[in-house]
Amino acid sequence: MSIDWQNFTPWASLLGGIAIGIAAGLLAARSGRILGVSGFVSGFFERDREWTARLALIAGLVLAPLVVGAFTAQPSAVPDVGWTAVIAGGLLVGFGTRLASGCTSGHGVCGLSRLSLRSAVATGAFMASAMATVFVVRHIA
Amino acid sequence: MRPIFSLAIGLLFGVGLCVAGMTAPAKVQGFLDVAGTWDPSLAFVMAGAIGVGLVLFRIARRRLPAPSHRVDAALVVGSLLFGVGWGLVGYCPGPALAALSSLDPKALTFVAAMLAGTGLHRLVGSLRDTAAELGGERAGEAGACGACGA
Repeated sequence: MSIDWQNFTPWASLLGGIAIGIAAGLLAARSGRILGVSGFVSGFFERDREWTARLALIAGLVLAPLVVGAFTAQPSAVPDVGWTAVIAGGLLVGFGTRLASGCTSGHGVCGLSRLSLRSAVATGAFMASAMATVFVVRHIA
Repeated sequence: MRPIFSLAIGLLFGVGLCVAGMTAPAKVQGFLDVAGTWDPSLAFVMAGAIGVGLVLFRIARRRLPAPSHRVDAALVVGSLLFGVGWGLVGYCPGPALAALSSLDPKALTFVAAMLAGTGLHRLVGSLRDTAAELGGERAGEAGACGACGA
């Protein structure tokens, strides 16, 4: 292992992380909701009275790169992988996050911030399998 | 949740993802590639988010139900499957949604497949509920989610 110093952005990443933590914390403090993106996506299928509010949060998320892009150049948001990986990856992310009731935001940020054992196990599992997948794709296959 | 408030939260969250580098799948995979030339940046995203989160969620704890500590097969299997998809493409759900603004066919297809995966999970859950009802068992006894008991 060697460190990729060229792409290493500790301060920007820390700052971005702080913004993510503030967003999740404010939503919890004001609305009593966990900012779990996979849950908000799943809520798309539930036509209850919070449907509009959930869609509004997703709209903010979709608009964000356009806002940031107006001030500074952004790296490519498009994955450099084939179509099979895109479709299989999307299905796995959609199904897996619902089976586990959370993703990087719900378990990784909110759950760990709440010191939940459940979220610690989930985060350990998806980090490990994601690293193993990249290892297989880049160094074996 | 008020729509205007949740729009602002989504915007702040998304700006955080952009600034942090989470919206670049190549950077995410660079973090996950611990055996190659490793980019540790995303560990700093987690540190920043959780550092702030520990304080804010402590303040917010009365507004939320106590966190669950239950570990079951669905949690572990689901997380493992999610990780494979995340590693393959470099998108987790938040950055995938943010990438919709690029209108790139691959980003749009990924989100469509992610919705299909979400729908599939709901379908499996409702099929299991139906099967349980036909079998005379009490459907949904394990919880609101038929597939995983959550």
